[in-house]
Amino acid sequence: MTSPPSPGAVRVEGAGLSKSFGGVHALDNASFAASAGEVHALVGENGAGKSTMIKLLGGRLQPDSGIIRLAGRDVRLSGPEHAHRLGAWTVFQELMLFPGMTVAENLMLGREPRGPLGVISHARMGVAAEKLLAGLGIFHIDPLALIEDISLAQRQIVEIVRALSHAPDILFLDEPTSSLVEREVSWLFGQIRALRDRGACVVFTSHRWNEVQNIADRITVFRNGRDVGTFTELDESEAVTLMTGQRLDTLFPARPPAPVAAPMLRVQGLSGPRVQSVDFDLRPGEILGVGGLAGQGHRELFLVLFGAERAAAGRIAVDGRPIRIRSPREAKRRSNGLAFVPEDRKTEGLLLDMSVRDNLTLSILDRVSRAGVLRRRQERRVAEEMVRRLAVRTAGIGSKVGALSGGNQQKVLLGRWLLPDPRVLLLYDVTRGVDVATKHEIYQLMIRLAGEGRAILFYSSDAQELAELCHRVLVMREGRIAAELVAPDITAEQIVAAAIHERIAA
Amino acid sequence: MSASLPDTTRRSRRAHLLAQNIGLELAVFLLAACVLAYCGVFYAQQQRLPGGFEVTSTVNNTMPLVLAGMAQTLVVLTRGIDLSVGGIIDLTNATAAITLGGSAGSMVLWSVIVLLIGAACGLVNGLLVGIGRLQPILVTLATLSIYQGVAIRVLPQPGGQVPDVYTAVLANTTGPWSLVYVVLLAGGWTMFRRTRLGVSVYAIGNDPPAAQANGIAARRTLILAYVLSGVLSAAAGLFLAASATAGDATTGNGFTLTSIVAVVLGGVSLFGGRGSAVGAIMGAFVINMIVNILFFAHIDPLYQAFYEGLFLVVAVLAANGIGRLVRR
Repeated sequence: MTSPPSPGAVRVEGAGLSKSFGGVHALDNASFAASAGEVHALVGENGAGKSTMIKLLGGRLQPDSGIIRLAGRDVRLSGPEHAHRLGAWTVFQELMLFPGMTVAENLMLGREPRGPLGVISHARMGVAAEKLLAGLGIFHIDPLALIEDISLAQRQIVEIVRALSHAPDILFLDEPTSSLVEREVSWLFGQIRALRDRGACVVFTSHRWNEVQNIADRITVFRNGRDVGTFTELDESEAVTLMTGQRLDTLFPARPPAPVAAPMLRVQGLSGPRVQSVDFDLRPGEILGVGGLAGQGHRELFLVLFGAERAAAGRIAVDGRPIRIRSPREAKRRSNGLAFVPEDRKTEGLLLDMSVRDNLTLSILDRVSRAGVLRRRQERRVAEEMVRRLAVRTAGIGSKVGALSGGNQQKVLLGRWLLPDPRVLLLYDVTRGVDVATKHEIYQLMIRLAGEGRAILFYSSDAQELAELCHRVLVMREGRIAAELVAPDITAEQIVAAAIHERIAA
Repeated sequence: MSASLPDTTRRSRRAHLLAQNIGLELAVFLLAACVLAYCGVFYAQQQRLPGGFEVTSTVNNTMPLVLAGMAQTLVVLTRGIDLSVGGIIDLTNATAAITLGGSAGSMVLWSVIVLLIGAACGLVNGLLVGIGRLQPILVTLATLSIYQGVAIRVLPQPGGQVPDVYTAVLANTTGPWSLVYVVLLAGGWTMFRRTRLGVSVYAIGNDPPAAQANGIAARRTLILAYVLSGVLSAAAGLFLAASATAGDATTGNGFTLTSIVAVVLGGVSLFGGRGSAVGAIMGAFVINMIVNILFFAHIDPLYQAFYEGLFLVVAVLAANGIGRLVRR
């Protein structure tokens, strides 16, 4: 496959761009060009450099080296407003809206209609914003509402509308559809096509392959901070191979045989918030999956087991010894040996401004300190060992966790909970939002941990993952266990069917 | 051709304003409650309701805090805090005491100079925060001491003589004329909120990266906010001189903290970007009503600070609780 001649003149180009954060290359001599009258998709895993490319071209970040050409000129962008003057507008992944201001104020910022006294007229501003929204076919966003009071999807649309309202020659959209529902996506695609048809250049990123196929005229694939090719035709499996350097069918490692030892964790009649008399056994070396539709009590089950939510009834036993868990502190106590890795690493786990070392050893402060004073050398040794074991890609254990890519952040969080040497691991959707290569590493790690005789309870929103990795899968519905599926006969379809129907054909 | 996203029910403009200004509404409610309580204790003591004299003295007594509260609001909106408010009041009050006098022209001239001194003090704060990138609390803590020190140099002993005509203009004791200033200040703030500078102040307080991405001159806005704050503090110094008819280089010291209290009671978020100086004006009046209530309730002045603190905690807790209920 080679790229055909461009449909129009090149409107935006990044040549040999590099950018690193704390010693980690986000972009490494990457190039990209998009032309007038085309919709150009950037695809790649998390951390592949798509967002960094858009931030550089949109003026949000300055490159360490390389050249940016906008509208036929070499430019050093001093900031987003510089790009705006050259006709390039960007909808960044982190929305640039003012939460305490109204939709109208956000839309009309810098061009507010004035009243008779020369001061901004809020009444006219509301009318102007209303007209702007209506002109683009949007009637479900109240221009007088505060940004913080509208939904995430609506905020995303406001940001898109603001960019569209400036009639951009070049529009960058970083993950514009991630929070949108189907109808909103089709609205957005209508706008994108209209822009393209009047000769503008639209560059966007998406993780949803069908969207990329649906709207993109050309696709550029990024991997590890470099561009690996631009295509007019690309199918999904080719794309995955290009993005990961790995074939899709080797993603899941082979499942080890099911263990037969006596249960390590026994849960009987456990009830709590949204959890209804749940029973299960978990053996050492076993990976027990938990699946089902969102909001069926999985999250609460994990929180109750870890003591973050109070159980209303039921018994929990570890190694045949009944235990009571009233707080996460008690859960992680060595005699209980539980560890919980949450899904949202940014809000529930990591301290982004602190170092990899501090984040890792947070769970074992008592072990790396004497009389309350940290022993830095021991702390460093422990942290370095874990970084090696999990192959965390970081400039050093002193780097801020916030500077790592999403997948590596997730590994640090896993490492933190492996350090106390837990016997029962509660993994809650730990692969969500993680790139394919890191997923693969996490799967291998899980299998290794199980091989060491640890027991793993694994919730995932990805049924495929559960089907491929787990020895058994418990499907929850309305707080109860609705079905139990046993390997090797588990399929993703069965899990989904069990999540939806009262009864499934086994 | 492109799909449109259908309508949903929409709130009226008035409903939006009510919901979005809950902090201000709570401040009004708080003030009304305080006025009622004040009337109650006053009636219990005096067997009559407060009259013109009480209203006049309350307004005159509160004017300096009204201005200090507005000064504090401007800085707090930018995510900062201005501890030097008290120092600027000290310095400007001391300067006013030794310079006011003589002809009307000279008094006007010196009033303007005093306001400019306040602007200069604010400029120093603003430059250190905006260009020097130092923490506002650190900068203004240091400049507080500096301005206090200069004030003592200017006026070592309380004294000076402010002419009656000056008092008659700024703090007239024959009637609550100062209410005109309150109305003008509130109106002025409403206009300010609708200027580019006003919007920029809210924007940088709301979300600094977004402000930068939207091409708002963050540094200039920050510096101007401190300068304006300094001018307002200087005006407080002038009003204090007018109502005391003399100057005192330590008279402003209490205003640093009370201006922050006024801001909090007025529903301005200490995290920046939300709230209105009109609320801080209400907050200033609430604080003075509390002082009055404690006075008429015969609370030992030694315990006054204790009760004021208690009241502040209760008021903020209540406001938070109500605010959370309303938003839900």
